[in-house]
Amino acid sequence: MSAPKRVGQHTLQFANPPVIVATASVVGPKEGEGPLGQTFDIVIDDSYFGEETWEKAERKMLEEAVKLVVAKAQLKPQDIDFLLAGDLLNQTISANYAARTLGIPFLGLYGACSTMYEGMALAAMLIDGGFAHHVVAACSSHYDTAERQYRFPTEQGVQRPPTAQWTVTGAGAVLMAPVGNGPRITHATIGRVLDVGIKDPTDMGSAMAPAAVDTIIRHFQDTSRGPIDYDLIITGDLGRVGHEIATKLLGEQKYDVSHNYSDCGILIYDHERQDTHAGGSGCACSAVVFAGHLMGKLNEGRYKRILGVGTGALLSTTATQQGESIPGIGHGVVIEKLG
Amino acid sequence: MADSKQPGPPKKPLTLAEQVMQQKQTYDQQAYQRLADGVKPRHNVLVNALNAFWVGGSIAALAQIITLIFIATGANPQDASTAATIIMVFLGAFMTGLGIYDEIGKVAGAGSIIPITGFANSIVAPAMEYKREGFVFGVAARMFTIAGPVLVYGFVVSVLIGLIAYFLK
Amino acid sequence: MSIIMAFIIGGLICLVGQLIMDLTPYKVTPAHILVGFVTGGAVLSALGLYGPLVKIGGAGATIPISGFGHLLAQGTLEAVRAKGLLGAFTGGITAGAAGIAAAVIFGFCMAVLFNPRG
Repeated sequence: MSAPKRVGQHTLQFANPPVIVATASVVGPKEGEGPLGQTFDIVIDDSYFGEETWEKAERKMLEEAVKLVVAKAQLKPQDIDFLLAGDLLNQTISANYAARTLGIPFLGLYGACSTMYEGMALAAMLIDGGFAHHVVAACSSHYDTAERQYRFPTEQGVQRPPTAQWTVTGAGAVLMAPVGNGPRITHATIGRVLDVGIKDPTDMGSAMAPAAVDTIIRHFQDTSRGPIDYDLIITGDLGRVGHEIATKLLGEQKYDVSHNYSDCGILIYDHERQDTHAGGSGCACSAVVFAGHLMGKLNEGRYKRILGVGTGALLSTTATQQGESIPGIGHGVVIEKLG
Repeated sequence: MADSKQPGPPKKPLTLAEQVMQQKQTYDQQAYQRLADGVKPRHNVLVNALNAFWVGGSIAALAQIITLIFIATGANPQDASTAATIIMVFLGAFMTGLGIYDEIGKVAGAGSIIPITGFANSIVAPAMEYKREGFVFGVAARMFTIAGPVLVYGFVVSVLIGLIAYFLK
Repeated sequence: MSIIMAFIIGGLICLVGQLIMDLTPYKVTPAHILVGFVTGGAVLSALGLYGPLVKIGGAGATIPISGFGHLLAQGTLEAVRAKGLLGAFTGGITAGAAGIAAAVIFGFCMAVLFNPRG
């Protein structure tokens, strides 16, 4: 039994690379004021988004992102075969309730902040496997819902440590199909859960960096490629701390990424002006940066081939309070603009 | 007898390979922690300390002014101090409601946590946040997320002190 | 003059708390700080060390949460002197009643009146 669509140990190589037909992004006011503000489709001006609670606002952002991406591809929700979505809240309520409204066959995902890339990898498998014509992968996060679930009530007077990251308020959606115009997903390297014993829940960059590095190195080994083969290697939400650690760890393995390695959590905010400490995080961080900024650059032809690695810190408040350390994961996806 | 063996069932001895793996893992974790510590930005201890000092001091000075006003109007010092405490609790709660206290807390740290206004903040913040989950399980139950432990340990210690004082007499 | 002393003593108590948060390797949350200072204040008070601080600093020593611990401890000690064993149970909470009631009442009212702004 050989698996014809695999290369190396852990990497998938798609026979007919699925096309990213359209992307959509909805972000909160703070993200709209950030350096990438112009690249997002919708910037909401109030973190409640006209709803009573932040949870409902997050759900609405996710719904709007999915509706928008479907409309951009000139399709209707009933044309979509699968919705793959997830978020950070307990029992992934944003995705579940958004799917209730949308009525698309739904597979719920939880990969913490790596959910967007997990969804994109699975969507590519569904399409290349011949199971679907149109798949939407989407995810959302919201600063205020995440704060109150993982940390403190928002009005509590606490000091954020310099390693803390700011959860991105937003939702991103990606619509993929077997044919069409747009960049294609050629490879995916699925992450392993790696735990290096970091216990500080305000320092997720350090907790996730080794998992991202592990995925990047396995990807290079499986595909016999190196950093030079990519215009950009971009991790999801390692932030400034995790980015620096990942650069060092890759350097130790003789992979020089000092010129073409960046992180969505660094790009999304202006850290001097916006008081975001180590950078952005959350499912929406890698999702909206991909849907807005990266997709724009790929379509312009500025980037021909990028390796995106969605990073997730698989922590829970219960596990943290019981003294568990924080496991991390990173899923790698290669996106290529052919021709 | 210098017997350091712990009670309970004896642990299965690890094989040599397992021991090596375990040692390697702890070594890896320590090495990684050192690498991460080298990269992490540090608190500016001096600035933080200074901010905590002047904000905490100012809150205390305000309370002292209120106490002096009550004494000037004829209250005895004990009552004046209690009244000032109640007013400070009100101010802390009110500023939390207005959404100001968390902004102060970002700068002041312990300077706005330790004064009684911070205690009020720790009550109002969760109560307000969980209002959507109802008035029993939301507001009333969550109110004591931080205040609860404070009261529990405050009461435990005070009763212990009372018992010790009683039996030492 | 007493205002300046309140400023200095209140500031110093908060400074100690800040240093504990910044300089210890443990993850010290506001809850830990508040619990620690209440119990610390009560113990110091029972040992007779917090009373002098209140004499010097006034509100500077009573407004920090350690002052609440002091209040509980002194209330208990007085009640033990007056009522014996029963006082050990009633004294502290009686002394702290005003602060606790105010915190609960104002806390509840503010929660009803306001919504979090995020």
